[in-house]
Amino acid sequence: MTILTQRPTAPLSDPLEEAQPQAPAHSHHPDVRLFGLIIFLVADGMTFAGFFAAYLTYRAVNPLPVNAEYELELLLPAVNTLVLLASSLTFHRGSKALMASRMATCRGWLLLTAALGAAFMAGQMWEYFHLPFGLTDNLFASTFYALTGFHGLHVTLGAMMMLIVWWQAGRKGYFTPENHFGFEAAELYWHFVDGVWVVLFALLYLL
Amino acid sequence: MDVQHHTPWHEYFGFSLDHKVIGIQYLVTGFFFYLVGGTLAGMIRVELVTPLSDFMARDTYNQVLTLHGTIMIFLWIVPVVNGAFGNYLVPFYVGARDMAFPRLNAVAFWMLPPAGFLLLSSYFIGGAAQSGWTAYPPLSITTPAVGQMIWIMSVLLLGGSSIFGAVNFIATILKLRRPGLGLFQLPMFCWAMLGTSVLVVLATPVLAGALILLSMDIVAGTGFFNPALGGNAVVYQHLFWFYSHPAVYIMVLPAFGLVSEILPIHARKPLFGYRSMIYSILGIVFLGLIVWAHHMFTSGTPPWMRLFFTIATAIIAVPTGIKFFNWLATLWQGKLALNSALLFCCGFIFNFVFGGITGVALAQVPFDVHVHDTYFVVAHFHYIVFGGTVFVIFAAIYHWFPKMSGRLLNEHLGRLHCLLSFLGFNICFFPQHWLGLNGMPRRVAEYDPQFQLINQISSVGALLLAISTLPFLINVVWSAWKGAPAGDNPWRACTTEWLTSSPPPVENWLREAPLVTEPYDYGSVEDAMPVTTVRGRELWSAGR
Repeated sequence: MTILTQRPTAPLSDPLEEAQPQAPAHSHHPDVRLFGLIIFLVADGMTFAGFFAAYLTYRAVNPLPVNAEYELELLLPAVNTLVLLASSLTFHRGSKALMASRMATCRGWLLLTAALGAAFMAGQMWEYFHLPFGLTDNLFASTFYALTGFHGLHVTLGAMMMLIVWWQAGRKGYFTPENHFGFEAAELYWHFVDGVWVVLFALLYLL
Repeated sequence: MDVQHHTPWHEYFGFSLDHKVIGIQYLVTGFFFYLVGGTLAGMIRVELVTPLSDFMARDTYNQVLTLHGTIMIFLWIVPVVNGAFGNYLVPFYVGARDMAFPRLNAVAFWMLPPAGFLLLSSYFIGGAAQSGWTAYPPLSITTPAVGQMIWIMSVLLLGGSSIFGAVNFIATILKLRRPGLGLFQLPMFCWAMLGTSVLVVLATPVLAGALILLSMDIVAGTGFFNPALGGNAVVYQHLFWFYSHPAVYIMVLPAFGLVSEILPIHARKPLFGYRSMIYSILGIVFLGLIVWAHHMFTSGTPPWMRLFFTIATAIIAVPTGIKFFNWLATLWQGKLALNSALLFCCGFIFNFVFGGITGVALAQVPFDVHVHDTYFVVAHFHYIVFGGTVFVIFAAIYHWFPKMSGRLLNEHLGRLHCLLSFLGFNICFFPQHWLGLNGMPRRVAEYDPQFQLINQISSVGALLLAISTLPFLINVVWSAWKGAPAGDNPWRACTTEWLTSSPPPVENWLREAPLVTEPYDYGSVEDAMPVTTVRGRELWSAGR
């Protein structure tokens, strides 16, 4: 029995319904992947928000032992911040190139962005090896490594995504100006990771 | 009955992308873990028959209560009210063929069984976690590390699954609605799932962060939450409850939505106060995020914090109360069909109101300080999640089983199940209020002999609850095999899942998705209401 007989109260001949007959396949529904990614990034951002809240609470209520007041070296992290901000810009230029269908240029910008990401990670590593404290020294040290480490994990993932996108962009017709979700997703994620770093930098190094 | 499509049985054991199959996978997996968690609860009640720890060793008792809480919350209630009914119903209600991200949906489900078995396996690998479902440090740092780490990994997996599910629900409800269907024409369950998913997205990651820091404390020797190393255990409590108070709403908001679907159909009346129901959900979502510290009144919270969280918690009773009066008004002068689904809903209303009242009482600092960590809290919590949500889960199973299987459940067994559940539940948990008020602490295997009689009464209730599962199991197995054919729409319902065959075809409707802009249009002339309810009907048609 095929039912689909509507109750009389549910309008059978809705004008909208007649104007837009539904295709009986869900392959036709609009692409909402970017929207889904934004929701996921909100969730990811809340993880950082939890870490930041914990860090600020520690700052407020847990005094450190006397020998544990550190003056963090500012030059390298500041340069690193600029590197990361520049990488957001280069990714954006890559996106512009993609929209103009100049794939070779686009791939160049992608490689440059990935290189900047790698440079950031290298700078972070250098900082880790030259800091006067280790992971378990005190509360500030632990929080410092947990926050920067969790962010570094995000940068690493983003750089790997970028290399995948770079490889995909080399395949003819994989990305078009109209259809390039993978590219957009990697770009959005990268900007997100950048934005988080700016907050993290302000809280950890400047505050 | 011409069923257009049979999902092959093996698809239920595989990586199916069909939201209906995934919903049933969630339901069956969740129910399996309900039986496991229920067995653990039975062990707890057996232990508490006598004041001495003679049934289990004390640390075994701690493992059992930890596993019981974790399994019931993370593997039964959250996956079933969200994963099972959310997945089964939301695409129907928005007029879609499937969820927005079917593959992500399947991934989210398949994170569940490994997490569950990981958790259970920990008992056999050096013992399960012993620090309760809250895993408060420093207890969780000092108890054996292996079980605690497995617990953390399992909860992280389940949290990830929950977040993936929430992303899917938000995208489906906001972006996949059929053309012509407005947000304020959606069935209430969609709004409940939208609110729940917002809570999951905002709160669950914070728990994940807290658990990552806790695992570093356990394995890497950091001191985030370890006072011995200069850390702060209360920060963990803040992070934990920032998730786990909203988690109560993550467990109960979908149940609110399900009740709002079931009541109008079996009372043959429109849902009372549609808009106020929606605003109540949104109010609960907002307030639910700013009340967490009422769990921590004895953790050295400063006075301003106590004041703020007491007031915020008291305010949350307002939107909840609005929902209750709306449900009562929906039932009022309705043409009630007193079947299992409606009876379980009525049981829910009774139990949840009681749990809500003790909740408001617990939000008051002087009272909370007195009964904190006693059996009063245990009783309150079980009135919310068992008397509340689990009763709704059973109501929903009685209501939607005909759609899922094409066969009706037996009403006699169903009512027996309802009666036994209601009696067993109240006999088990009502006396625990008295225990708590008189000072019996929770989470102990041994207690003062003066509490023995009340504990034994409670255990009798637990036995009744265990027995109540039997008619249900017999009913489901027998009805799925030989039950009366349900037909497409046995309840004469308006919502779109009933406007297709039972069970529905793969893409939900063979033709285009039906447009239902008034999902609660009951009580009109075609319902042939008896004379006694004419006044009620006129009231409603005049109000529209």
